[in-house]
Amino acid sequence: MTVETTAHKEEAVYVYEAPVRIWHWVNALAILVLGVTGYLIGSPLPSIHGEPSFHFLFGWIRFLHFTAGYILAVGILLRIYWAFVGNKHARQIFLPPVWRGSFWKELVHEVKWYAMITRAPMKYAGHNPLATIVMHVMFVWTIVFMIVTGFALYGEGTGMGSWQYTMFSSWVIPLFGQSQDVHTWHHLGLWVIVCFVIVHVYAAVREDIMSRQSIISSMFSGWRTFRDDKPMDDRH
Amino acid sequence: MTETFYDVMRRQGITRRSFLKFCSLTAAALGLGPSFAPKIAEAMENKPRIPVLWLHGLECTCCSESFIRSAHPLAKDVILSMISLDYDDTIMAAAGHQAEAIIDETIEKYDGNYILACEGNPPLNQDGMSCIIAGKPYLEQLKKAADHCKAIISWGSCASWGCVQAARPNPTQATPIHKVPGLAPKPIIKVPGCPPIAEVMTAVITYILTFERFPELDRQGRPKMFYSQRIHDKCYRRPHFDAGQFVEAFDDEGARKGYCLYKVGCKGPTTYNACSTVRWNGGLSFPIQSGHPCFGCSEDGFWDKGSFYDRLTDIHGFGIEANADKIGGTAAVVVGAAAAAHAGISAIKRARYKGGDE
Repeated sequence: MTVETTAHKEEAVYVYEAPVRIWHWVNALAILVLGVTGYLIGSPLPSIHGEPSFHFLFGWIRFLHFTAGYILAVGILLRIYWAFVGNKHARQIFLPPVWRGSFWKELVHEVKWYAMITRAPMKYAGHNPLATIVMHVMFVWTIVFMIVTGFALYGEGTGMGSWQYTMFSSWVIPLFGQSQDVHTWHHLGLWVIVCFVIVHVYAAVREDIMSRQSIISSMFSGWRTFRDDKPMDDRH
Repeated sequence: MTETFYDVMRRQGITRRSFLKFCSLTAAALGLGPSFAPKIAEAMENKPRIPVLWLHGLECTCCSESFIRSAHPLAKDVILSMISLDYDDTIMAAAGHQAEAIIDETIEKYDGNYILACEGNPPLNQDGMSCIIAGKPYLEQLKKAADHCKAIISWGSCASWGCVQAARPNPTQATPIHKVPGLAPKPIIKVPGCPPIAEVMTAVITYILTFERFPELDRQGRPKMFYSQRIHDKCYRRPHFDAGQFVEAFDDEGARKGYCLYKVGCKGPTTYNACSTVRWNGGLSFPIQSGHPCFGCSEDGFWDKGSFYDRLTDIHGFGIEANADKIGGTAAVVVGAAAAAHAGISAIKRARYKGGDE
């Protein structure tokens, strides 16, 4: 006697191409290093004693910050390039379809899902509208802001005549009024990124558990798998 | 014909040897090669003195005080004679109507050829009544002098940025020279600092005399030769900064050992000036060398950026004054707490939902 089982239909969509996945994790690591070293540059560790020629602690912290900053900046440039040549999901966080009425309607639905008013989330192969808008505003723009102000502050050290100074410091510092204000805003940017990371990690874990699609494993494998075979809501 | 600088110097009993020494030291101070020393000498021997009107608006005269203490060889005696300082109410002999008559005389005689040196700035509110000179608002005197001058030097942070009299809430609406509405559009060189370094002031004048033009200016109108680097970039305590050795309190071991003042609020890393290279009082010392952090007196709006001992600008609108780290840290804690609470509620809902499903 055999037991008849119906075939379990599980659709999978290839969402995150390899460059996007590699960028995601390199970028995450760079942000971690930048956040920690950046905080320590603003609020240094307790003073160490001994001959200054034996130590280079603060120098190393700053070196790590600058190196991670370069990696982040180059990564963002490559990521923007990939938004042009990659699949449609690669463009999503750069171009939220704010001109589309359905985007806002679905955004409201997603907010309701997070407010626990609706019982089930909609189903997306890519990011849901709430994730798209948060990543666009809190991540993309903040990172661009941090790169621009970061290079402006870095250019102050490399000095007039350096490309960092010419391309960034020369107009960013006067725009803010003076160097100290650029420092202040760069600090504020760190905290925006910290808030983003908290929200991002929490939402990813929560969605992974509670929604109908894979989240965390997708950023390793690239494939989005689903728990049901409901039609997708982002097939425009 | 007006006397040349050299004539004036010789008349004052300065030897040719001292004069040439002055020229080469000035060349060095301006960052020029040794070949420029004879050029400076030549200029001083042949060029007539440039007439200067030195006007005082709302200010404390610290710029003048600094200027007359220029310890540069001969400067104290000579610079005042080098330029034909036709009017400077704090140090001129004439007073009252005679003094004021000189302004009109200079404007008439050297129309379009004199330099207008502004110390302090004009208040705009109440028709400029907060600063009256010879019975008239300073604003009028400034505008008239600016109309006929060749170029303007903004001495100090007052003329350059506004300084203390322009600090919030600025009831008199004290306004830096380059922002005065209706002022003739003349080239302006800013020499900020409260006060500027004496040698920087004399060097700027010497440069203008020698080359008959302004030195190269940065985007904000300051001479690059003195304001292109931060105090921090040339600070003699910089090795302690890189090593991670900081003064934690003004009376600790680190303070006695001369560690970096970054953690007690030194604004050297955000301040563009020449203090750590040219120094003060004839190169004797500068604030950081005396054990006190730089508080950024040559930066725009330094009075309004919060404590002199804080490296972040105060952000208003959060009740009491707060800085970026306090606001950001609070936001991060709130977001973290919200995420945790949301996670808890989600777990409960999910448990209930599942219970309902079965």
